[in-house]
Amino acid sequence: MIRAFLALCERDLYVTVRREPVSFLAQSLLQPLFFLFVFGRVLPEIGAAQGDYGSQLLPGILALTLVLTALQNVALPLVIEFSFTKEIEDRLLAPLPVSWVAVEKLLIATVRGVVGGLLILPLGELILPGGIDLGGASIPVLAAMLVAGALVGACLGLVLGTVVPPNRISVAFGLILTPLIFTGATFYPWEALDSLRWFQVVTLLNPMTYVSEGLRGAITDAPHLATGWIVLGIAAGVAVFGGLGVRGFLRRAVD
Amino acid sequence: MSGALVEVADLRKRYPGAPVDAVAGISFEVREGEIFGLLGPNGAGKTTTIGTITTRVRPTSGRVVVDGFDVRRDPVAVKRRIAVVPQRSNLDRSLTAVENLAFHAAYFGAGRRERRRRALEMLARMGLEGRADDKVDQYSGGMAQRLMIARALMHEPRLLILDEPTTGLDPQSRLFLWEAMLDLRARGVTLMLTTHDMAEADRLCDRIAIVDHGRVIALDTPRGLRRLLPAEHGVEVVVSGPEPLAVAGAEKVEGAADDDRWHGRVYGELAPGDVADAVRAAGRELVELRRIEGSLEDVFVHLTGRELR
Ligand SMILES: Nc1ncnc2c1ncn2[C@@H]1O[C@H](COP(=O)(O)OP(=O)(O)OP(=O)(O)O)[C@@H](O)[C@H]1O
Ligand SMILES: [Mg+2]
Repeated sequence: MIRAFLALCERDLYVTVRREPVSFLAQSLLQPLFFLFVFGRVLPEIGAAQGDYGSQLLPGILALTLVLTALQNVALPLVIEFSFTKEIEDRLLAPLPVSWVAVEKLLIATVRGVVGGLLILPLGELILPGGIDLGGASIPVLAAMLVAGALVGACLGLVLGTVVPPNRISVAFGLILTPLIFTGATFYPWEALDSLRWFQVVTLLNPMTYVSEGLRGAITDAPHLATGWIVLGIAAGVAVFGGLGVRGFLRRAVD
Repeated sequence: MSGALVEVADLRKRYPGAPVDAVAGISFEVREGEIFGLLGPNGAGKTTTIGTITTRVRPTSGRVVVDGFDVRRDPVAVKRRIAVVPQRSNLDRSLTAVENLAFHAAYFGAGRRERRRRALEMLARMGLEGRADDKVDQYSGGMAQRLMIARALMHEPRLLILDEPTTGLDPQSRLFLWEAMLDLRARGVTLMLTTHDMAEADRLCDRIAIVDHGRVIALDTPRGLRRLLPAEHGVEVVVSGPEPLAVAGAEKVEGAADDDRWHGRVYGELAPGDVADAVRAAGRELVELRRIEGSLEDVFVHLTGRELR
């Protein structure tokens, strides 16, 4: 069963590297690049934001990349493989429990998310006016946050890819991604929302908030949510959405 | 032929929200080494029955056992023993033909060298060499079908399940598949297939279950099934001499002279031996003698009726 699991991983990695590296990169990097460029470079340039906004922005954009890359890398293929082409069937019939196939999807999407996140760093260095400064960053914390953030995104993607009926997926994507992006403490530190209390509370429901705040803590010395809350928020997000996602996967996989 | 490889006992399946059972209490067994056919009109429950055997459909009640392993308790052990060629293509479209086969073998634990070697060998066996590196969405329907069979054989299953394997194939591909299936049986693989093609069932299957409305309404050898046709008992006979043959106990005799021989059909509860005796008694020479059996198609319509599903 371990060998079957590894072979599924090998298949997914092979397809990423050999078949769709360009689409993978475009899908995961295009949006964050524009956010980085417009918010981090253009706005300060034209005086609409303070000069160091870019460096404040980096943790949020990193979180966005991790979560969205992983999310899309689970949800989109899953919808297609389950409904139109049924091509997941051959993997469901591989000699391993069906739930492991779901776990494999999460694992690979997490890896892809982390790769996407790592690629953002050098790009940030190029785009942001002051470059990026990881001098004060705690590398182990940063590494843990990269993995955790991508995992949260993968769990969300598993829910989206299995619970939403295939004919509604494009609507669901629009309806879910936009609020996810803009309530995830992406473009502002969570603490700064003090003056908008209700919104501050709403953002706590978005698992991405904890990813952004965790990265903010790892990379910058800006104020951020307490570590305990971050750990709790991420753990809860993985447990709840991961659980729902695996259940949804089993329901789709076995009639 | 030895014991049962698949046992299906009182299987029921009702899909969530459906008003009636898709499978309403089916029982049969598939014996080791045979070709077992599931025949039935559209929507009869064939694919659903197969789905429970392949662990893709959860039975509502009843028991399905493959090689001693219960599909609900031991799905992994079941999956290791079976292979499926589904009704609609489910090839991995991100991969080429040879990669489809190689990764399938990898899921079942084959090493890197081994899988490539077997994949190429299997492609050749299915007449697909030269198309190994094509993306599978460039494959025609018949080629995809052959590729799915090749894929199914990559891990040397004990039981190969084919859901309407020849629907939509040209005569060449169909003949090719028939031969491939008979060849597999000769190698000891047990096969289970569904089909709407009576000639196919007749030619390939050792035993056939006819299902309708989720129930098995007949299960026998093709020959046994043909005997279910009431009106078709009789013997076809060719004898020397042009005059009609008189047979004692016959319900009806019809025939015609042709080229100094008489070709006739003798209906009634007669054994071919009775007719042979009558020929001998008349001092004539027996040229040909054959029991009349209806076509499987007649049996099918006789049992399942004419209305469309
Ligand atoms: N996934 C599903 N969800 C709900 N109902 C289903 C599902 N699959 C099949 N059914 C229903 O179950 C019944 C049996 O379908 P099944 O596919 O087993 O028939 P079949 O004998 O394979 O037919 P065909 O010859 O057309 O392939 C049909 O009434 C069908 O509508
Ligand atoms: Mg069917």
